[in-house]
Amino acid sequence: MEVNELSFEPNDRYNAFLTVCKKAPYGKGKLSGMAIAVKDNISTKGIETTCASKILKGYVPPYDAHVVELLRHAGAAIVGKTNMDEFGMGTTTENSAFGPTLNPCDTGRVPGGSSGGSAAAVAGNMVKMALGTDTGGSIRCPAAFCGIVGLKPTYGRVSRYGLIAYANSLEQIGPMGRTVNDVSTLMQVIAGKDRHDSTTYDRPYSHTPVADVKGLKIGIPEEYFGEGVDPKVAGVVKTAIIRLKELGATTVSCSIPSMKFALAAYYVTCTCEASSNLARFDGVRYGPAADTKKSWHEAYREVRKAGFGPEVRRRIMLGTFALSSGYYGKYYTKAQVARENVKADFARIFSEVDLIAGPTMPTIAFKLKEKSDPLSMYLSDILTVPANLAGIPAISVPCGKVNGMPVGLQIMGRPFEDERVIDAAYAYEQAVK
Amino acid sequence: MMAEDQVIVGLEVHCQLDTKSKLFCGCSTDYRSDGPNTHVCPVCLGLPGAMPVLNKRSIEYAMKVAKALNCTVLQESEFSRKNYFYPDLDKAYQITQYDKPLAEGGYLEIESDEGGERRIRLTRIHVEEDPGRLVHMGNAERGKYSLVDYNRAGIPLIEIVSEPDMRSPKEARKFLNKLRATLEYLNVFDSDKEGSLRVDANISIKGNERVEVKNITSYKGVEKALTYEVTRQKNQIRRGQRIERETRHFIESTGITQSSRSKEQEHDYRYFPEPDLRPLQVQSWVEGIVLPELPDARRERFVLQYGCSLNHARTLTGELKLANFFEGVVAADPKGLSTLAATWIADTLIGELNFRSMNLDRVDAAGFTELIGILKQGIITDKSGIEVLRVMLDQRLKNEPTETPTVIVSLLNLAKNSGDTGAITAAITEAINENPKALEDYYAGKGGALNFLVGQVMKKTRGKADPGELNRMLIEALKKKEA
Repeated sequence: MEVNELSFEPNDRYNAFLTVCKKAPYGKGKLSGMAIAVKDNISTKGIETTCASKILKGYVPPYDAHVVELLRHAGAAIVGKTNMDEFGMGTTTENSAFGPTLNPCDTGRVPGGSSGGSAAAVAGNMVKMALGTDTGGSIRCPAAFCGIVGLKPTYGRVSRYGLIAYANSLEQIGPMGRTVNDVSTLMQVIAGKDRHDSTTYDRPYSHTPVADVKGLKIGIPEEYFGEGVDPKVAGVVKTAIIRLKELGATTVSCSIPSMKFALAAYYVTCTCEASSNLARFDGVRYGPAADTKKSWHEAYREVRKAGFGPEVRRRIMLGTFALSSGYYGKYYTKAQVARENVKADFARIFSEVDLIAGPTMPTIAFKLKEKSDPLSMYLSDILTVPANLAGIPAISVPCGKVNGMPVGLQIMGRPFEDERVIDAAYAYEQAVK
Repeated sequence: MMAEDQVIVGLEVHCQLDTKSKLFCGCSTDYRSDGPNTHVCPVCLGLPGAMPVLNKRSIEYAMKVAKALNCTVLQESEFSRKNYFYPDLDKAYQITQYDKPLAEGGYLEIESDEGGERRIRLTRIHVEEDPGRLVHMGNAERGKYSLVDYNRAGIPLIEIVSEPDMRSPKEARKFLNKLRATLEYLNVFDSDKEGSLRVDANISIKGNERVEVKNITSYKGVEKALTYEVTRQKNQIRRGQRIERETRHFIESTGITQSSRSKEQEHDYRYFPEPDLRPLQVQSWVEGIVLPELPDARRERFVLQYGCSLNHARTLTGELKLANFFEGVVAADPKGLSTLAATWIADTLIGELNFRSMNLDRVDAAGFTELIGILKQGIITDKSGIEVLRVMLDQRLKNEPTETPTVIVSLLNLAKNSGDTGAITAAITEAINENPKALEDYYAGKGGALNFLVGQVMKKTRGKADPGELNRMLIEALKKKEA
């Protein structure tokens, strides 16, 4: 096979990359020679993969994630691994063990997270496209904050094999790019069934965006414009929705009552899964070696205390608590009930509308260190987590600015109707171009 | 009615399913003769990002077991994570089944201590992955370090949980033997593989707390561990002490159980559904499973077809290989050989094998068949037959060149002295001359004297003399002498 090399030496002023591959090999195919950045929680054979955590420093996976394999087959040049909140736990990319990523639109602000490195690499013109992952908004939030396009596909549409799990039942790998077309192109490459991931469906994506929303019915949930949402952001998004109406869509107001419990359900579920997923990082196989002179459980405790950052430790402890005997029923079981209610609400609404639209984030990008207490950070995920709980596709597309900072329009669709979500975003993007 | 000090036993049996590949990846399960960490991949090493994919075959195997043990396969079952830290557990959780196991209910019939069949009810059967293995460099507590081998990680296991229906350590052993036989007949389990079976036992004396005994890895060990526990618990009760609910570990080498430091053993496994696997809906497969002939059916057939005694039939069908061996030996002439072969296999061969800690696999089936033929033709005595068998087994055991029974008979000059009565006559004369006291006793009418003399003559002819013929000749000689 013919192998070429792409020279890649970006001026990374935003600390978008954790690893840069100066000579990136590439082959023939749809993405031949195209520079693609990959979030650092996606396994890349021979390229260090740390999840922005000290505990995985030096870990070089012996295998490629399925999506990375697909990218290589399509000829893409994997040019580097991007910064993120440690293990995906955060909304700002400040929770990286290797320093925060800065927002290319304003370096005094965060790029959002957890896929902040991928968003900054795209927004800063270092790469054309990037892969991110979205557990509770981690693709859409940084896309909105940095003014690019990001899609969280339907759960099961893209293989997670090789994605270092944070919350398996919620997360998806997805494309990020400057245009809807780029996102769609990347989606064509990465979607489809993978025999290594039992939760994938045989639903490949071979769509080319069509700028047409004529006759579509769009639901506008009142909760997406209510308390906690910056009125200026809400205003910009409302204008964008009017634009969609001008293009031939009709809108109808709706309500997602289960949203009251969505955030709690989300944080219980993701911390429970995380506490189990991250238990394997014990110093025996990866990261700084455990002190063999100590008893194994003492050595484990030491390695884990030193290796994980505070937010990761907090979530591991929350999840461990929620799963403990006597509490499982109060937390995990209840969270799953709430999750079913969210799903049911969406199913009900989608029986009447084709799409749901609203803001991606309640505010514009925060200033660095602005969100110092974890709870207010968790609250900013309120508009993105419902799509993860329900497993539905959701895209964020730039729709204007507030105080000079980009705002994202979020469009959600029925399960496996990623194409329709893409088309609506494309129609809007083309109309305002 | 249960006696006051009735023993109550329930078992949790873990068996490795004999599939070609592991439960959640394509790695080979045939790891025992290879170096450490050679049968591993990202999945069974629990590498970050790797995901389990269920091996359909292992579910089929488990369902065969469920059907054979009369269990109900659930409409929907589910895999869960059992979370705990241990260096041999690479993901720090074991994928197992918790509140939605593959199958529930069912029973296994065993021969009770009083004879007859007893039904031991089962609680459930579930499927799970085996963890890796620690190899301690030196003693586990004081050794310098331990090494981890993940070859075993991901081998499919089934856990079969019984109700507390067994009433003695011996019944527990019988349950286990019957279970093993059933699994072997189903061709889903190889009991010869080291570590393929592990047992945890719950044991209590009626009215007292129960104790869990872990770490039993052999069939004999179950009876040993439980017998030890029965004595320990009964003694404690006799002394007026309370039995505490606890976990104890069986130490195979010394045959005793030891209390585990309870605090460290108190796990909260924080079970929750494995999010990377879909729920299992396989109930509809049950109908399509065709079961082979199982031990009970084969036992009945052996009685009917070969005229075996119930005891012989039970022994012979108690192990798949033994049953097959028997049918091989008698194949040429079932009518003529089966009674003889049943006795020789069930009574003699098994004893000689156990004495040598030898496996049936090492017995030369053709040679053994030939031996049965020679015995049938009356060429050698039973006593000589045992001698020939021992030579055959010893040759195998020591990996010496092997000889056929016919050759051994002629080398050792074991053919019956029928026709050639000279040697017997000589031996009788000698025996009479050497034992005047016995002779006196005989004429005095003491019954034991004749048997003693028969034994002496037997010894001198090295067992080659036909016992009937010898008896007749001896009495004749004694009569002659008297006259």
